Amino acid sequence: MTTDPWANLRQFTDARIGLGRSGAAMPTREVLNFALSHAMARDAVTTPLDWAPIEQGLQALGLETLRINSATHDRSEYLRRPDLGRRLSPEAREALQRASEEASSKPDLVVLVGDGLSSMGVAANVVPMMSAFLDHVRHAGWQLGPVLLADDARVALGDEAGEILGAKAVLVLIGERPGLSSPDSLGAYLTFAPRVGRKDADRNCISNIRQRGLSYDEAAFKAAWLLREALRRGLSGVNLKDESQFQIEGQKRPELIR
Amino acid sequence: MYRVQAGGTSYAFSTLKELLAKATPPRSGDVLAGIAATSAAENVAAKMALADVPLKQFLTEAVVPYEVDDVTRLIIDTHDAAAFAPVAHMTVGEFRDWLLSEKATPESVSALAPGLTPEMVAAVSKIMRNQDLVLGARKAHVITKFRNTIGLPGHMSVRLQPNHPTDDKKGIAASIVDGLMYGCGDAVIGINPASDNITAITDLLQMMDDIIGRFEIPTQSCVLTHVTTTIDAIGKGAPVDLVFQSIGGTEAVNASFGVTLAHLKEGREAALSIKRGTVGNNCMYFETGQGSALSADAHHGADQQTLEARAYAVARQFKPLLVNTVVGFIGPEYLYNGKEIIRAGLEDHFCGKLLGLPMGCDVCYTNHAEADQDDMDILLMMLGAAGVTFIMGIPGADDIMLNYQSTSFHDALYVREALGLKRAPEFEAWLSRIGVTDTTGHLAPHGPGNPLLTHAQGMAA
Repeated sequence: MTTDPWANLRQFTDARIGLGRSGAAMPTREVLNFALSHAMARDAVTTPLDWAPIEQGLQALGLETLRINSATHDRSEYLRRPDLGRRLSPEAREALQRASEEASSKPDLVVLVGDGLSSMGVAANVVPMMSAFLDHVRHAGWQLGPVLLADDARVALGDEAGEILGAKAVLVLIGERPGLSSPDSLGAYLTFAPRVGRKDADRNCISNIRQRGLSYDEAAFKAAWLLREALRRGLSGVNLKDESQFQIEGQKRPELIR
Repeated sequence: MYRVQAGGTSYAFSTLKELLAKATPPRSGDVLAGIAATSAAENVAAKMALADVPLKQFLTEAVVPYEVDDVTRLIIDTHDAAAFAPVAHMTVGEFRDWLLSEKATPESVSALAPGLTPEMVAAVSKIMRNQDLVLGARKAHVITKFRNTIGLPGHMSVRLQPNHPTDDKKGIAASIVDGLMYGCGDAVIGINPASDNITAITDLLQMMDDIIGRFEIPTQSCVLTHVTTTIDAIGKGAPVDLVFQSIGGTEAVNASFGVTLAHLKEGREAALSIKRGTVGNNCMYFETGQGSALSADAHHGADQQTLEARAYAVARQFKPLLVNTVVGFIGPEYLYNGKEIIRAGLEDHFCGKLLGLPMGCDVCYTNHAEADQDDMDILLMMLGAAGVTFIMGIPGADDIMLNYQSTSFHDALYVREALGLKRAPEFEAWLSRIGVTDTTGHLAPHGPGNPLLTHAQGMAA
C-alpha cells in the first residue's frame, strides 16, 4: 500500500483525503469504512422519527406545536411519490383550516418541521436551532404561528400549510438527504407568500445545519436576515441574494440589527 | 396515430410524445408522471412503432408545443437542414443501423450534430441496447478548449470537486491538493458552494485562481452558483473562468431554476469579455439530469429522457466547455436503482455526444436509492469505453457537502488503468513536470521536489 504524506491535511476537512492507495484502488481499510458509512446512511433513511422529545423541547421554549401528515401513507410511497409529500392529508388540511379560523390574527411566519430524508437530522438539530432562532424572532417582534410537525414531508408541504394559515412567510426545517459523513443534517427553506405552486426558485435555502456543520447561531442569523429582507422587499428566492455579509469563521454571536 | 402489430395484439399511440414515453426503457420517473408503458409488451411494441417513424416526422410534430416553449423554438429555428441531409431519408430504426455500421465514421457522425434534434437522438437511444449506446457515442468526437484541450479520442478528463459543507477555504484547499496529487482536475476545479453570498463566492474564486496561478496549472476553475450571481461577480472584478448553470429541457423548468436563455447569453458574454481562456474560449459549464422537469412540474407530459436530451439543445447554443449529466443525484422517484441509473447515464452521454456536446457524467447515487459502488463501477467502465469527456473526482467518492456518492480520484485511476485513457495533454505534461506522474502518466513515487507536497506541508505546519 502507498501512503499519502499529506494525510495530516485531514485536520482541515471531513472529506476522505489522504487515503493512500493500493495500486489504482483504495486500500482495504478504506473500502470497508466506506461500506459501513453507506450502511449507516441507508439505515438513517428508513428509521422512523420519534416526535415526542421534539414536541417537549419546543413546548419548553414556549412554542405551540401541531402534528400533521402529508398525503402519503407510508415511507415507501413517500420515496416514490414526492408529489404526495408536497400536499397535506385531508385531515391535516382540516386541522390547519380550524387553527386558522380560531387564530386572532395572521402570523408573520409559520415554521414547519418535516422529517424529510433524515429523521436523525431532525431529532438532533430542531430544538437547538429553534432556540437560537427565537432570539431573533423576539428581537424583531415577529408573530409566529403554531410550529407544524409533519410526517413524510417534502419542502413544498410548507406552501400549502403556510397558505392556509395566512402566513406572510414559511420556514421549513427538514431532514436533509443523508451523506456518508453527515447522516444528521438539517436544511432550512424560506418562502415568502407561501402558496401551492411555488417553485424552488422562489425559496432561499440554508443547508447543513448540524453540530459539525453550520452552527445554530449562524443558521439562525441567516434565516432571520433572509426573513427580514423577504418581508421588507416582498420576495424570496433567486432575487433575494444572501448578502448578510456574515463571516462564518471567527464570529461568535452576531447582532442582526445594524 | 402510430400503429403496430406485435405478438398478435394491435397497439396504437396517438402522438409522438406518447410513443416516445411508452418506448422508453422502464424507470420510476415516467411511472410517477403516469406516462410509462403499462406492460412489458406494450413497451416493446412502442419501440417497434418508433423504429418505423421517419426522422423527418420529428421536424413537424413537436413534443412540447412551439408556441408555449422557447426550447422548442430554439430547436426548430436553429435546425440545420444541410447537416441533416445525409440521414433525412431514414427512419429511427434505419438511423440506428447506420450509426452502428462501418459507414458511420467519426467524421460523418460528428458532422451530423447541427442537423439532429434532441427528440431524434432520444428516439434512437430508446431502441438501442446499452452496448449500442457505447459504440454509437464513441463515434461522436467533441473537442473543447479553455486553458487545455478536452475531449481528444483516447482521453478522459476529471472535474476535481473539492466541496466543503461550510465553504471553509482551508478544507477546500486540502481537497484540491489531494485531487491534484492523484492526477485529477483537468476538466475543471469546480466547487459547489454552500452559500450563494457574493462575497463568499468571490473569495472561493480568488482562492482557486491563486492556486492555479501559483502552480501554473493548465486548467480552469468554477464556482457552481446561479448564473446571475456569477454575472455579478464578474462585474465586481472576480476571476471567473467558467460560468455555471443548471438547465433543463423546457422553458418552464428553466424558469423553475430562475434562468432564461437571455441570462445564459448574458453570462457567456460576460465571461468572454474578460478573456481568461488561453487556448480557447469555451467558457460555459452546464449541469443537467433526467427528472428535473417533472420535479418542477414543467414536463408537458413528455418522458424524462426526451426532456433531458432537449436540455442539450439549450446547452449547445452556448458552446460549453463541459456538460455534465448528474445522473443519479435526483433520487429514486426518477431513477429507482442501479440498473435505471446505469441505463440513464449511457443514454444521456450518447444523446449529448450526438448533439455535439462535450458530455461528462457524474456517475453517482444517493443514500435513498437502491444502488451501491458496484453499480457505479459498471457505469464508469461503460462510459469510459464510450469515450466519456469527463467524470467527477471527489475525495473517497463521498461528497460531504452535497451528501451523495460519486466517483473518487481512485476511480479515475482505475478507469485509466483498465482502458488506457489519458488526461488532457497540457495537464498531463504539467503533472509529469512537477513530479506527480511519471512520463507514462502513472502516479510517481512521492519525491521531495514536488511543489504541491511542499505546499501541503506548509499548510499543515
